[in-house]
Amino acid sequence: MTDLVEVRRGAYYDSVSLMQVSRAVGAAPGVSAALVAMATELNTDLLAGMGFTLGEPVGPNDMLVAIRGEDEAAVDAGRSALDAALAGLKAAGAQAGGFGDAPPPRTLGSAAAVTGANLALISVPGRNAFVDAMDAVRSGMSVVLFSDNVGVEEEVALKDAAREADVLVMGPDCGTAVVGGVALGFANAARAGSVGLVAASGTGAQQVMCLLDAAGVGMSHCLGVGGRDLSSTVQGRSTRQALAALAADPATESVIVVSKPPAAEVLEDVQAYAASLGKPVHWATLGAGRPDLTAAVEAALEGEGHGIPQWPSWPAPTQESPVPGALRGLFCGGTLADEAMLVAAEVLGPIRSNIPLSPELALGPDLRSDSHLVIDFGDDGLTQGRAHPMIDPSLRLERIAAEGADPTCGVLLLDLVLGFGSHSDPAGELAEAVEGARKAAADGGRALPVVVSLTGVESDPQGLSACAKTLQAAGASVFLSNAQATRHALSLLADAQA
Amino acid sequence: MTDTTTPLHGLLSGEPSVVTAGVGLFADALRAQAAQVTEVDWRPPMDGTEADLARVMADPRREEANRTAVSRLLAAGAELVDVRPASEALGMEKGVFFHAGPPITWDRASGPLKGALIGGMLFEGLADSPEEAEKHLASGDVTLDPCHHHHAVGPMAGVVSPSMWMFELRDPVHGGRAWCSLNEGLGKVLRYGAYGPEVIERLQWMANVLGPLLQKAVRAHGPVDIKAIIAQMLQMGDEGHNRNRAGTLMFLRDILPSLITADAPSSDIAEAVRFMGANDHFFLNLDMPACKLATDAARDVPGSTMVVTMARNGTDFGIQVSGTGDEWFTGPANTPEGLFLGSYGPEDANPDIGDSAITETAGIGGFAMAAAPAIVRFVGGDVPLALRATRSMYEITLDEHPSFQVPILEFRGTPSGIDVTKVVRTGILPQINTGMAGAVAGTGQVGAGLVTPPEQCFPAALAALAKAVPDTV
Repeated sequence: MTDLVEVRRGAYYDSVSLMQVSRAVGAAPGVSAALVAMATELNTDLLAGMGFTLGEPVGPNDMLVAIRGEDEAAVDAGRSALDAALAGLKAAGAQAGGFGDAPPPRTLGSAAAVTGANLALISVPGRNAFVDAMDAVRSGMSVVLFSDNVGVEEEVALKDAAREADVLVMGPDCGTAVVGGVALGFANAARAGSVGLVAASGTGAQQVMCLLDAAGVGMSHCLGVGGRDLSSTVQGRSTRQALAALAADPATESVIVVSKPPAAEVLEDVQAYAASLGKPVHWATLGAGRPDLTAAVEAALEGEGHGIPQWPSWPAPTQESPVPGALRGLFCGGTLADEAMLVAAEVLGPIRSNIPLSPELALGPDLRSDSHLVIDFGDDGLTQGRAHPMIDPSLRLERIAAEGADPTCGVLLLDLVLGFGSHSDPAGELAEAVEGARKAAADGGRALPVVVSLTGVESDPQGLSACAKTLQAAGASVFLSNAQATRHALSLLADAQA
Repeated sequence: MTDTTTPLHGLLSGEPSVVTAGVGLFADALRAQAAQVTEVDWRPPMDGTEADLARVMADPRREEANRTAVSRLLAAGAELVDVRPASEALGMEKGVFFHAGPPITWDRASGPLKGALIGGMLFEGLADSPEEAEKHLASGDVTLDPCHHHHAVGPMAGVVSPSMWMFELRDPVHGGRAWCSLNEGLGKVLRYGAYGPEVIERLQWMANVLGPLLQKAVRAHGPVDIKAIIAQMLQMGDEGHNRNRAGTLMFLRDILPSLITADAPSSDIAEAVRFMGANDHFFLNLDMPACKLATDAARDVPGSTMVVTMARNGTDFGIQVSGTGDEWFTGPANTPEGLFLGSYGPEDANPDIGDSAITETAGIGGFAMAAAPAIVRFVGGDVPLALRATRSMYEITLDEHPSFQVPILEFRGTPSGIDVTKVVRTGILPQINTGMAGAVAGTGQVGAGLVTPPEQCFPAALAALAKAVPDTV
């Protein structure tokens, strides 16, 4: 027999609660007697009557704990039962709901305390985002930080705090994540499977998950890391944590890292780190002279022993032939715009843009040029004070109309991203704009080929083939692969034909 | 359940439980997937605080500092160990007066504080008439200093003079001491700014009879555990600020045997017992220094954003914060809203006054309103209002009190340890239950009700906290 008697000072519970606690402790395996009570005269007598010896003076405001077990292990079991029962009393309070609902939590920290949540999705204004993200990290939650306009020093501070707390900061400006089958922000209802994604790119990740889905291959998780994570300032802080987490995840068999053009030395470091994890990691990191996303996915599929499908496409209803004029790419997805420029630049040379591949190619504030250009309507500069174009497409729709009337416009290249978080009927609106632009061009005596890169899966709320057919009916040719869409657009430019 | 074996606390091993702040669309999308989602009722922080907030939230010391501060607050004990004159306990000399709230001069003092100081002059024999007292006070030949600068607290005007007898409490955990005068009862009393002959007579009886009797009783009894009485009074319908009925009776129950056996005329003992038993607020002057011990234990933790004082002098409301030492952050005191005695009305009420907000600072009073639904009638509210008041305070506090519990909230601990950053982020101001003094000196109590601090105290404190954050390399 082993007796444990301890006195806990400064803990007060009412006698009824403690009777319940005593019962729970008494029921622990191997415990033959237990008393948990305030040390009133009555209870100290009771304790003595049970044969326990109290070695110190106590008062009615101290809590007595006495456990008798057949051995040390039984007493430990009793002590665990005690801690669980006391914690249960505390938890019952946190969930208390008498007289109507508790007011909703006002901070992420208090929400975490009440719900025990492990993931925060933050889309507050950029100037407030750091404070809320820090609150979430310090409350033990991983964070999907959708907010943009967060400074890079703040990003580094957040990610350092996150590593210390063993949570992951996905972002800032992270539009896409899928964790345990739950899509956060903009994501597609892609099938579940064994490929994990680490994405320093939102629409890039969506393109990759949709290509995988089309190949019949599923995704375990998609962990966003924010577009700057592989920059020389941020040094891949979140990418490393995400890789380690996926390496330890039994549902994940291989990993694809998707990124906008990374800093070369950071990529090299992260690749060396990835090589040590014991799971195959493939790289879909865009850059001059590097494979496009479709090629990277094909390599990853081959590497994992999967076949490469014919990527879905829906040709234009009427015969298309090369036209004079410039390429005009109008995009909502930054990474898709980047990829289009990288693919097109190999053929066309320099391309003007608001997110140019090199600074001298930057467009002015009016975003106009007679030459080849690609505009990312989702760039921070164009989303201040308005929703992302995947939610509010009006700016881009206006520009499509303008290109229809512009004699220097040769081919129109557009993207459309489906999935959770996106506009509920994006194809209808876009098809209308495409039709309008083609009609305006025809009125001006020009043919205007329109090519759409459509990122989606059949299970998306908007439906991939339904959207494709709507756009096709408006005269566009549609491709699931953004790289293929871009190459098709190039094939329709007379200037690009060698 | 935290998972320590897999990275990210097991984030990838199950379906996540999500909290959202910001765009409602994202929460809708999560609900559409049948995911577990809680939406935060997010508001932008108080105006112009973004940069200071970011700096303070990034301070690597903050969390540990707040844990230290709040655990000291919660762990502090409070025992009544003695009753002594202020001259002896606090080394006060004639011509010195302590008062409630942050520092103030006679010319800025409000009616109730002026009235109480006039009464104090008369009680100490430093003046023969109110007019003479006022002349002395205006000429600056008396010294005014906040109670809080001397480990003391005073309800309402909080005036302490050398001849007044003080409860002396000790924190057996941290070794601190705190003092408070004896409670005079309600109505025309000094702390509400009254100074008529009956007020002075009562003070004299308290100094000549009640104080010495209580001293004998406490010394004979040994330390009285005040913290334990607070824990129990909360389960008997008191919140420790506007309702102290159960606390008073429990204290009386504890001290009564030693009072009865004290070496004093039985008529004096009977009068003392009658006086204490008839004053439902007698215990306020015991729970306030108990709270002062707890908040003092939490002072001076570098990097902590926890409030350790809220106090009002009738003109200014001031707060002090653990991480910024003795600096006061003040704003003009608000006027409480509530119920009025007799024919008094809102126009008769003085702005908020007293050190009694130390109770809210330590997690009782307005923060324990759910334990005292009987007092919501002060604001014409209902029982759900009492529950809402306490529940909303969890949004601005660091922890829940292990000893002070609210039965109707399933014995949840009271919200304790006000965090400046949470106040600034949520815009929720601490909820204070209070008495109301007449604005005109000499009036006395006109009512009781609810009040909040002026918002500006908190951004000011935050700015000082931000300045105190060391530059990291």
